[in-house]
Amino acid sequence: MPLANARAMLPALDVASADETADRALLESIADWCEHFTPLVALDSPNGLLLDITGASHLFGGEETLLARIRTSLSKQGFAVQGAIAGSVVAAHALARYRNGAIIAPGEEAAAVAPLPVEALDLDTAMTHAFRHAGLKTIGQVSARKRSELTARFGAAMVFALDQTLGRAEKPISPRAALPDYSAERIFAEPVTAEEVILETLRTLAASLGGLLAERGEGARRMEAVFFRADGVVRRLAVETGGPTRDVAIIARLFRERLDALVDPLDPGFGFDLIRLCADRAERCEAGTSPFDARANEEKEIAFLVDRLAARFGAQRILSFRPNDTHIPEAASVVLPAQSAENCTLPWKAIRGRDEAPRRPLRLFARPELIDAVAAVPDGPPLRFRWRRALHEVAIAEGPERIAMEWWRQQTPQPTRDYYRVEDSKGRRFWLYRDGLYHRETDSPRWFLHGLFA
Amino acid sequence: MSAATEKIAFLRASLARVDGLEAHARVSLGHPTADACLRGGIQKGALHEIYPAAARDEAAASGFAVALAVRVAAKKRVLWLRPDFAALEGGELSALGLLEMGFDPTRMLLLRAADAASALRAALDALSCKALGAIVIEIPGAPKILDLAASRRLVLACAQTGVTAFLLRMMAEPEASAAETRWLIRAARSHPPSGALARATSPASGGGKEEEDWGSPLFETDLVRNRHGRTGHWVIEWSCDDGLFRTANPGAVVSAPSDRPAAAAMERAGRANMSRVA
Repeated sequence: MPLANARAMLPALDVASADETADRALLESIADWCEHFTPLVALDSPNGLLLDITGASHLFGGEETLLARIRTSLSKQGFAVQGAIAGSVVAAHALARYRNGAIIAPGEEAAAVAPLPVEALDLDTAMTHAFRHAGLKTIGQVSARKRSELTARFGAAMVFALDQTLGRAEKPISPRAALPDYSAERIFAEPVTAEEVILETLRTLAASLGGLLAERGEGARRMEAVFFRADGVVRRLAVETGGPTRDVAIIARLFRERLDALVDPLDPGFGFDLIRLCADRAERCEAGTSPFDARANEEKEIAFLVDRLAARFGAQRILSFRPNDTHIPEAASVVLPAQSAENCTLPWKAIRGRDEAPRRPLRLFARPELIDAVAAVPDGPPLRFRWRRALHEVAIAEGPERIAMEWWRQQTPQPTRDYYRVEDSKGRRFWLYRDGLYHRETDSPRWFLHGLFA
Repeated sequence: MSAATEKIAFLRASLARVDGLEAHARVSLGHPTADACLRGGIQKGALHEIYPAAARDEAAASGFAVALAVRVAAKKRVLWLRPDFAALEGGELSALGLLEMGFDPTRMLLLRAADAASALRAALDALSCKALGAIVIEIPGAPKILDLAASRRLVLACAQTGVTAFLLRMMAEPEASAAETRWLIRAARSHPPSGALARATSPASGGGKEEEDWGSPLFETDLVRNRHGRTGHWVIEWSCDDGLFRTANPGAVVSAPSDRPAAAAMERAGRANMSRVA
């Protein structure tokens, strides 16, 4: 119905345009809340959620109680909600929309969906129309037709969709997050707000996870704490470690650092009624090394420091150097987050020989800075140059060291660089280059300052 | 004589106890007169300040910090902390540059903090880790947060674990602090410029074996503050191969003390006002 018609019928009509992003965000937050009941929650866009409650319903007093609880809680929060439980995903999807509150035992889907209208098959409108024209008004009537007829008229995809609805074919659900390797949770009868209680809870949960991990000789590299607030808001905090860990003290310390450093503090509001701790990326973890192995202990302490700093400042801020196999000066090393930097077999290659002075600057500019340089001859070393408005007289110039760009990697050829190590009259040392070979690549080469020597 | 020295030694020891500072080892620099001045070398488990003596000496100052870190850290890891914007001004610390100075870049951990406050906070945290050899805190400018109390906290943290901290103050005037030593660093000329340019102009493709005028890193160091000893002024050379300082060759040009920056004089005046432990 066009808006004008609707307005004619109801002049006081309030109109708002659809906001898909906000709807989606809302659906996501409802899904977060639903993780109360099961970790396997999938979005069924645009307006549905799928919960895999296999093995979870008994924790909440059976399927009926569970469904009733979800429905009443959501309607209390102001949502119009419909729900159903069935043995297959598509059947549950159809039942939730057309038989609110149905609970169907596995194997009885076909009988349950038979009276539903054909729209419940979720096919495109042309197909639904065609069914209606043919006098097939319910799913039961459609499924009574011969399959060969249906396939010939509507295609195999439609028949497959029908089978899924009848519970004859499975459709897997794709949960929002993978199932964590380990998880432990604590439900509070009375919502908690105090930070000490929260930290203590995390510590106890970490201890029970640590027990589970130790049983299988594993440690986790990622821990996620999920805080379920009483009013439905869910907050997640994750800490990562460089190596597999199951040490309670370490985990508790990392979470304390993480909580301390939050820009938007954990707002307990009316309190958290459920706190869950999940361990992910479990890896083999040998039992503690001997306390007399000084070297291993040192490594451990460093790893713990890195984890702590990463928890507080973010993993991308604590870095380490790794060599890179190229001769382009700015790419010869890469900085990687120290937590994830694996040991590298590529050796560092020194450029200077024995008894020689450094050939690469200690401080390198990520973006070489354009300078005004004067050279005696166009392809000779510079005599003086101006960098950041100060003039430097060159006293010693060593070079050139010619570095060609990697033509096999670049689309557009880049000019060759002639590097000079120069020392000015005050003893400061610079690394300059002329961009482009004079006369062969350019007639007016530009000069850049790339680094500073100690 | 012996009675007096004993008494002094006793008082010194009791002062150290009052301070809660254990006597940590000293690491020799390799330069005899500087070592004598420092009573054997650079104090471990203490805070040392390094200032560039003038604008554009920042690279020399960072080189000196790296050299000291090599001496102090031995084979342990070194953590280099700096606020984000430091790299724009003075350039990024380069792994190959470290390698060329004789420091294995794999042993370097780099922390890019959002600002000076979080760099200092991280430094305090890192100083509790005994496995670190040294930390270098690079702070450009003079943030308010870095005051006497902050340096005092760093000193205490250093003393507790024996990890040495170097505070690299770029673009800043020396101010009151609790540091053990304070160094003003400027780059020194490697050789008298006799015909160096003329030779360098010739193509360097001649096998690369010819003698270079460009030598090892040279620092003109001004030790302007030393809590437990005399101050001094030396030109010292860093040997990248041996990881040691040594006396610069006599050809090096040393600028006359008269052209030292006013900061040094101010520092001396300021120091007189500060209470000294020894």
